[in-house]
Amino acid sequence: MTTNYQLKRADFIFKNENDWEEVLSKNINRSPQELINELISSELKGRGGAGFPTGLKWKLSAEAVDETKYVICNADEGEPGTFKDREILSRVPFKVLTAMAVCGHVIGAKEGYIYLRGEYFFLQPELNKAIGEFEYYCKEINLDFKIRIFMGSGAYICGEETALFESMEGKRGEPRNKPPYPSSCGYMGKPTVINNVETLAHTFTIFKYGAKRFYDLGVQYSRGSKLFSVSGDTPKPGIYELELGMSLADFVDEFGDGDTKAVQVGGASGFLVPRKRFSETAIGFQGKLTGISLPTGGSMMLFNSSRSMFNVLDNYLEFFREESCGQCTPCRVGCQQLLKGIKAVKRGEKNAQYLDKLLRLAETMQYTAKCGLGQSVANSFSSIVENFREEMIY
Amino acid sequence: MAKNIKITINGVTVEIEPGTTILEAARQTGVIIPTLCYHKDLCVAGNCRVCVTEIVGQKRLTAACATPCEEGMEVLTNSLKVRNSRKHIIELLLSEHNADCTRCYKNGNCELQLLASEYKIMTQDFIRLVPFKKYSIDMFSPSIIKDDSKCIRCQRCVRTCAELQGVNALTVAHKGDQMKITTFFEKTMNDVVCTNCGQCINHCPTGALVEKNYIEEVWDAIADKTRHVVVQTAPAVRVGLGEELGFEPGSRVTGKMVAALKRLGFDAVMDTDFTADLTIMEEGTELLTRLKKVLVDRDEEVKLPMATSCSPGWIKYIEHMYPDYLDHLSTCKSPQQMFGALAKTYYAKARNLDPEKIVSVSIMPCTAKKFEANRPEMHDSGYRDVDYVLTTRELAIMIKQAGIDFMKLEDMHYDRLMGESTGAGVIFGATGGVMEAALRTAYELVTGRDVPFENLNIAPVRGMDGVKEASVKIENPLKEWAFLDGVELKCAVAHGLVNAKKVMDSIRSGETSYHFIEFMACPGGCLGGGGQPIPTSPEIRRKRAEAIYAEDEGMPLRKSHLNPEVIKIYKDFLDKPLGEKSHQLLHTKYTARERF
Repeated sequence: MTTNYQLKRADFIFKNENDWEEVLSKNINRSPQELINELISSELKGRGGAGFPTGLKWKLSAEAVDETKYVICNADEGEPGTFKDREILSRVPFKVLTAMAVCGHVIGAKEGYIYLRGEYFFLQPELNKAIGEFEYYCKEINLDFKIRIFMGSGAYICGEETALFESMEGKRGEPRNKPPYPSSCGYMGKPTVINNVETLAHTFTIFKYGAKRFYDLGVQYSRGSKLFSVSGDTPKPGIYELELGMSLADFVDEFGDGDTKAVQVGGASGFLVPRKRFSETAIGFQGKLTGISLPTGGSMMLFNSSRSMFNVLDNYLEFFREESCGQCTPCRVGCQQLLKGIKAVKRGEKNAQYLDKLLRLAETMQYTAKCGLGQSVANSFSSIVENFREEMIY
Repeated sequence: MAKNIKITINGVTVEIEPGTTILEAARQTGVIIPTLCYHKDLCVAGNCRVCVTEIVGQKRLTAACATPCEEGMEVLTNSLKVRNSRKHIIELLLSEHNADCTRCYKNGNCELQLLASEYKIMTQDFIRLVPFKKYSIDMFSPSIIKDDSKCIRCQRCVRTCAELQGVNALTVAHKGDQMKITTFFEKTMNDVVCTNCGQCINHCPTGALVEKNYIEEVWDAIADKTRHVVVQTAPAVRVGLGEELGFEPGSRVTGKMVAALKRLGFDAVMDTDFTADLTIMEEGTELLTRLKKVLVDRDEEVKLPMATSCSPGWIKYIEHMYPDYLDHLSTCKSPQQMFGALAKTYYAKARNLDPEKIVSVSIMPCTAKKFEANRPEMHDSGYRDVDYVLTTRELAIMIKQAGIDFMKLEDMHYDRLMGESTGAGVIFGATGGVMEAALRTAYELVTGRDVPFENLNIAPVRGMDGVKEASVKIENPLKEWAFLDGVELKCAVAHGLVNAKKVMDSIRSGETSYHFIEFMACPGGCLGGGGQPIPTSPEIRRKRAEAIYAEDEGMPLRKSHLNPEVIKIYKDFLDKPLGEKSHQLLHTKYTARERF
C-alpha cells in the first residue's frame, strides 16, 4: 500500500471565512479562459457521482454559441444515504452562489437555477434570503446574474440531468436521449452547465486558493477532497470531508463499529464491498493503478453482521422499482424482474441458478438502459448477489 | 448535402449524410434493425431499447434510432452482446404484456408478436408480471378500446396524440412499475377530449389500442333475412383496403371491393361518394349563401370563414377546443350521415321498403365515424340513421372470414339510386379534396365556367403540407352572383388536428381572413384515417393520395353537380339545396363540450 491510501481529513467546504464577495469580484475580473484553465489544472471531477471533469464541462458550454445559456445547480440530492448537499446549502450557501455566478461569467450565462429537492422545502426561506443578499451585491459590482430556486417534486429520476431539465420545463421528468449533451442543448434547448452542489462548492475553493491547493489533495486521477455522508452501523454517522484515494480498510478502521461486514459505496446505485475486499478497494475515480477504485457521490453505508444482505438488496430494488421513470424497458421491467426474482429464489419458487439468469439480466440493463438509473442498478445487484449469494438463497 | 461521413455497419463501409441516425444509415444499406417505439410519423423516443446496437470501443450499447452517426464509427447490429440484450428486452416486454395472442384482435398484425417470433422466444424464463398488475380495459368509447394489459409503454400513442393531433388525450402517468398510458385523471376515453380519430390505434404496435369492432353485429344483420342491409363505402376505403388483402399501398380496388361486399351478402352496395357529391351541393350553396349574407346583407349573425364538417374527429375537436366557433361550422352533416338519413327515407321509399327493416352499414377509413353514428341527434330518418360503422380493417377481416379470394374477384359496379359518383366525390378521401370539389362546383355555379385550373386539378390544395392556402378570384360572374365580382375567395386546408389548431388560432388572433376552410382530423385526410390499414407512414399516405387522384382523373364526370343521381334526388325528393327536406335530413347542429 502506498501512502496515498491513508485516510486524511480536509477542511475546505465548510470553512466559512465570509470572503465570498472578494472571491466573486476578483474572479469575475479574470478571463473565462484563465478560469477554465484553472479548473482543468485542478482536475476537479463532478461530485454528484459520475465524475465528469468540471473544467471540460464549463469549457464545452463556454464554446457553445448561443445568446442564452444557463447555470444549474443540481440540489436534487436523492441518492439513498447522501445528505451532504443539504448541509452545504444551509451552512455555506454563498460559496455555491458565488461559484454559479463565476460559472455564468465563464460560459456567458445570466441566469442560474438551483433545482432543490422537493423534500428540502425547509431550506428555501434561508436560501432565498441568501440569494437576495447575493443579488444585491451582484448589482453593486454591476454583475448581471440572477439565481432562482426551482423546487423538485420528489422523483429520484429528476436528479438525472436531462430529466431535471424536462422537469424544469414543466414536463414529465424523463431522461432524454444523449447526444445532444447539456453543454450544447440543455435547459430550454440552450447550452447549460449543470453541476452538483458540492462540485460548485469545490470550484469556490479552487478559485480562492488556486488549483494547486486542490490538486495537491488526493491521488492521481482522483484529486482533491470530497464530502462523505457516513451512515449505517457506525458509531459516528455524519458528514466528513476526506481526501480522495483512501482505502476502504482505512475508512472502516475509522468509521466502522468493529463488526463491519460490508460497505455500500455510492448509495443504492453504487457498489457493495464485502470485508474481504476492503483493503484492495480505494475510494476515488476509475483509472488508479492498483486495486479497485470506486467512484461515489459520497454515500457510505456500513453494515455489520446483524444485517441481512438479502434485505438490503430487497430494499434497494424496491426503491428502483418505484423510482424508475418507467419509460425504458430494461429499467422499468428489469427492476421488477430483479425484485420478484430474488424473492422467488428466497422462497424457493425458483432455483439458485435463477440468480445467474438475473445477473445476466442486470448486465443487459447496464448495457441498454437509457440513463444512469437503469444502468447502475446492476452495480448494487451484482455486487451483492455475487458476494452474498448464500444469503440470497437461504 | 455532401455525403461526407464514413462509418462501418457490420464491417461494411458506408457513406452517409451528416446527421443520419444509425437506424437510418442501416436501413439505407439494407441492414434491418428491429424497432418498436420508433415510428416515421413521430419524434424519436428511444425508450423501448429494442434497436440497441454495439459501437466498437464502447461498453454500453446504444439506441440506433436516437444516435447520430459519427465519422469512423464501427457499428455492430448482430453481435452476441446485441443479440443477447435484444432478446432480454423482448422477453422483458413479453413478461409485462398480456401475451394471450390467439385471443387478441391484433393477432397477426402485432409488432411485438412479430419480434417474439423472429427471436423465437419459446420459453417463459422471467416471471410473468401480468397477474400482479391491476390492468383495466376501457370499453366505454364507441370507437376505441384501450387495453392496458397489452401496452408496452412505447408511447407512440402519446406522441401521436400530441404531435400529430395536438389533442393530448393520452398521456403518461405514474412512474416505475406503475407507469402507464392514461387520460386526464384516468377517466375513460369517452369522458375526455379524445376525438376518436383513431390515430393512436394506427400507431399502436400491439393490441393495446384497437377499434371497437361491430363485425359480429353486421354478420347477424346480414344473416337475418327479414332485414334489408345496405352498405356505403367511403372514398378513402377503395385506396386502402387492398393493403390488407395483399395489394401494394396505392392500389385502387373499387370494383373488387364492391364485388366482395355483394358476396358478403349485403342487399345493396352503394357509395358514400354519392353523398359526398350531395354534400358539395349543400355545402357549396351554404357557402355562397353565407357570402351573400355577409357581403350584401351585412348580416353580423352569419360567420365567416365557413369550416367544413365532414370529419367527425375535427367536429369533436372544435366542440371541445373552440366551442365559441361552432357557428363557423357548415351545418351539413358528413356524407356518411347524409347517406344514413337518406337510406331510411329516400331509398326506402324508392325501393318500397319498411325503413324499420333497413340496417344501414358504412365502411369508413375512420373510427370517429363510429362515434358520429352514435350521436343522439343522428336520428333524422326517424330511426338511427347509420346502424353500424366498420373500418377498412374490419371489412378486410370480414372478407377473409368469408373465404373470398379478393385478388381473383371481377370488378363490379355499385347499385343504383345512391351509387353514382363523380371524381369530386372521390377526392373527399384526400386532404384538400373537399375544398377542390367545392371550388369546382361553386365556381361554375357562380360564373358558368370551369375553375381556372388546368384540367380541373386545383394543385395548391393538394399535397401533404400541413396547412395549404389557395385563392380564387371571381371574375364576370353570372347576373345573380354579381355581388361576388372581383371577390378573391380565400381558402385554407388543414389536416391533422395539430394543423387545425394552427389555423384556428390564426383565425382567433385575426392574423388570417379566410372565407372557407377544409379541416380533416387525420394526416393526409381520410386516406390516413384511424380506420385505415396498419401500418401507416408518410410514404404510404402519399401513395394512397396518388391513387385517389388517379381515380378522380379516370372518372367520366368530375364535378358534383353533374352527378345524375344527385340531379335526380333533387328532382324527385329534396327539391333544392338548403330546401326544407335538406334541412330536415342533411343538416345538423353541434354541441359545445368542456375540455375537462
